[in-house]
Amino acid sequence: MNKFTLPLVGFIALVALLAVGLGLNPREVPSPLVGKPAPDFKAPQLHDPGADFSPKDMLGKVWLFNVWASWCVSCREEHPIIIEYTKRPDAIPVIGLNYKDKREDGQRWLTRFGDPYVLSAFDLDGRVGINYGVYGVPETYLIDKAGVIRFKQIGPITPTVLEEKILPLIKELNK
Amino acid sequence: MKLFLVACAALSLCLPLHAKEAAPLAEDPVVEKRLINISEELRCLVCQNESLAGSQADLAKDLREEVRGLIKEGKSDNEVKDFLVSRYGDFVLYRPQIKPSTYLLWAGPFLLLFIGLFSLFRFLKQRSKEVVDTPLSDEEKKRAEALLKDAQS
Repeated sequence: MNKFTLPLVGFIALVALLAVGLGLNPREVPSPLVGKPAPDFKAPQLHDPGADFSPKDMLGKVWLFNVWASWCVSCREEHPIIIEYTKRPDAIPVIGLNYKDKREDGQRWLTRFGDPYVLSAFDLDGRVGINYGVYGVPETYLIDKAGVIRFKQIGPITPTVLEEKILPLIKELNK
Repeated sequence: MKLFLVACAALSLCLPLHAKEAAPLAEDPVVEKRLINISEELRCLVCQNESLAGSQADLAKDLREEVRGLIKEGKSDNEVKDFLVSRYGDFVLYRPQIKPSTYLLWAGPFLLLFIGLFSLFRFLKQRSKEVVDTPLSDEEKKRAEALLKDAQS
């Protein structure tokens, strides 16, 4: 064994470690909520201030909970993907959470870009968002029949994430 | 003129009644002090290099409001931190808790230091073995003494 072998191996290991570290996205903080029951809340609906929505209404169904806002730029990027998804015959219900928005702005945004949601809950002061650990919009939660969060997407849903992570999980949960 | 002065005096008497003291920024200094203490220990998730106390991000403001509410409800510092950890994960803590998943984080630097010291000692020991003492012969000693004398004079 050459006397340089050991330092060289150490150096390569260090470079590999740093390369992996550079490739990670520091904004993706693993959510402690995955595997836990979705926090309960009661919030008015965006289109019908008189009616409330609570995650309990969705017990027994697998559903997606998508946090969006009219002021959020990457929501626009994500929106067509959600619309396309809800057109599928086997699509599960998608509930929106209009996060820290103005009611008119939220409604106008949906009129302009299309409304794929069964309904949107209206979270004016962001309290629901805090309970769900939202720190950047859009965020999406996949919730199972028992009301347990199974997956959290931080940032926009991309076609890859939808195909490779969300859809297989939905299939499994719907069994 | 006299009437005017009297009116002025009367008005000035009224004034202090109307001028209200500016509402203090902190409603309750004790709550605010605890809020600052707690939020300096917490990371803002939007600007990740800022503490919750220093960040101007909207989310940080909301979270400070939330923490303020929790303090007023009588929650202890640890309960407030647990509240945030259960929603945002260990990442919000600048000082992670010591538990199995963070053992390496806490012990890592000392482990590296130990490995470094160990290799250093081994290297030094190895070297002292390799360097063999070769005593000077009588002739060499004489030459060295002569050279040293030359240098002194």
